[in-house]
Amino acid sequence: MNLLTVRDLKVHFPIMRGVIRHRQVGTVKAVDGVDLDIRATSTYGLVGESGCGKSTLGRALLRLVEPTSGSVHLDGTDILSLREEPLRRMRSRMQMVFQDPMASLNPRQSVYATLTEPLAAHGITMSAHQRQLHVRELLDSVGLPADAADKYPHEFSGGQRQRIGIARAITLKPDLLIADEPVSALDVSVQAQVINLLEELQEQLQLTFIVIAHDLAVVRHISETVGVMYLGGIVEEGAADDLYVQPMHPYTISLLSAVPIPDPVAADRPERIVLRGDLPSPADPPSGCRFNTRCPFRQETRCGDERPELREVAPDHKVACHYAEAILTGEITPRVESRTTVLTGEGRTSPQ
Amino acid sequence: MALLEIRDLRISFMRRGRPPVRAVDGLDLDVDGGQTVGLVGESGCGKSITSLSVLGLLPKRGVEVSGSIRYDGIELLSLNDDARRSIRGREISMIFQDPMTSLNPVVRIGVQITEPLRRHKGMTKGAAMDAAERLLRRVGIPAPRQRLGEFPHQLSGGMRQRVLIAIALACGPRMLIADEPTTALDVTVQAQILDLLKEQVVESGTALMMITHDMGVVAELCDHVTVMYAGRAVEAGNVRDLFAHPTHRYTAGLLAAMPRLETPRDAPLNPIPGSADQKLPWDDGCAFMPRCAAATAACGRGLPPMQSTGWNAVGGGLDEEHLHRCLNPAPALAKKAMTP
Repeated sequence: MNLLTVRDLKVHFPIMRGVIRHRQVGTVKAVDGVDLDIRATSTYGLVGESGCGKSTLGRALLRLVEPTSGSVHLDGTDILSLREEPLRRMRSRMQMVFQDPMASLNPRQSVYATLTEPLAAHGITMSAHQRQLHVRELLDSVGLPADAADKYPHEFSGGQRQRIGIARAITLKPDLLIADEPVSALDVSVQAQVINLLEELQEQLQLTFIVIAHDLAVVRHISETVGVMYLGGIVEEGAADDLYVQPMHPYTISLLSAVPIPDPVAADRPERIVLRGDLPSPADPPSGCRFNTRCPFRQETRCGDERPELREVAPDHKVACHYAEAILTGEITPRVESRTTVLTGEGRTSPQ
Repeated sequence: MALLEIRDLRISFMRRGRPPVRAVDGLDLDVDGGQTVGLVGESGCGKSITSLSVLGLLPKRGVEVSGSIRYDGIELLSLNDDARRSIRGREISMIFQDPMTSLNPVVRIGVQITEPLRRHKGMTKGAAMDAAERLLRRVGIPAPRQRLGEFPHQLSGGMRQRVLIAIALACGPRMLIADEPTTALDVTVQAQILDLLKEQVVESGTALMMITHDMGVVAELCDHVTVMYAGRAVEAGNVRDLFAHPTHRYTAGLLAAMPRLETPRDAPLNPIPGSADQKLPWDDGCAFMPRCAAATAACGRGLPPMQSTGWNAVGGGLDEEHLHRCLNPAPALAKKAMTP
């Protein structure tokens, strides 16, 4: 069953100019027509480069930024039509974990205060003893000692702070947890601890996750379904196993081929696709397929003037590309100038 | 003799009323021309401080540096400020992590690139501008003439990093130090920048010291790698040897803790417990001991020596010995087992 259903969600930001005549001179289409169907207790991973709109999308789902149009249904309730008070009550069912735990925790609030504030905000009355017990349970479930309750954020390491952020998010036993880059501020050896913790909590509390991250390996590990975003739209969506093994959208193909592999033998890949140039401005996106300006597979027809729909190319695998099938079968190959042979230094030649 | 030779480098920061913090504690490192050497470790392990000491950019007060840093036979630590300045930018250049904070936001790109050229090479403004244009073209910036007149905020993150590389390459240095040059960049742009650095090393024979926390970047770019933990080298060797057979428990743990694209998706992650916050206990044994599952009582007594692992079967000859500082090294990985 779907916990979250999103249809044609758009978040547009006006670009304003002028002091005396304050007028709109353009629009940044941060999120431009996104559909999502997220099954209860599953994990949906959202990947993309900075500026692609993935964080804005995450925030728009909770109405932390106001969407321009579209619909978001959480368990049948239309989130976008809720007025202030019902929305506030609804928020207890959908929580967020932020990237930088130092910036998202109040430095003057003890961990105890941080973890009990959501209870007060949502009018959940508990005796002092019950609250103590609740906090101890929370700390225990995120793997922090009970005496952490009386400490302040600066007394903890980065990984421990992120655990506090997670404990705060699960205080109200939400259904949906949106984690925006939950591990990217952490050291590699600590990242795995937090990833494992998120997975354990999901199991225990039957949580539904949306994990937003730029690290493709992290997203693959944690998610069942993965959506790849480019310039405000989802360009490919599929089961993590399919999408990483057989990426179909040219952007996903290039993105995956660009990830450095921590194995020097595999790193001597004979060929990899290097995208030229940078992400175009979302205030002035290219016409037609938004990826066509950087696409190594670009064709003369359709790509420049017709925006491709996200369509099901294989079971549970959707791609927004006019030529997905032709690319898959190898009828269309990437342009020569975008293929680079990895240079090898001394002692780096293949052992074969 | 290598182009850069660091021997027994020690850097401590003085603190009032408390014992000094030893940020780097007896580091040996060699970098030669045409070679990329990776310096890997978590935040706070001393890798960036090491690079700053090579350039002479550490503050004068409150910092004690000892040991030896020899560049092309010259002892850098005994040089005065003027002499170090003439090496910095001309012989050894640095590429920093965050291109927005290391470029001056109110000075045009052209002026920033020509500054080292005019200073070190005494070029005229016109000649320096022409050289700057060639440099920008070399690092792959389109319409370079026009870019010279622009300010950093007008460029994207990837372009800014290219400008920084252009500045670093301006005087044709024989050695480059790159401190997390791609950490602030997206993965597709990172691939472009790594290719550019690789090209510079292979084609111009520049020595590159690559400071990073990303094992993927190390595998892709480096020939040789030194892993640091709490100010000390814990493992060093040819990149193939080290990845094929990580022997120090920290290196092995790090590689096992990373989610990877090439392993099955549901393969469990094995995190290293704890964090590297509590450091400097090298006096009472291995600093990694509190986080190590294989630690024994012997690990807590004195400094484990840096010694040969006996495993350098894949890449190196005798000059590229695979070293580690571990009393209970990780066993051979079953799938890649080989004879020592």
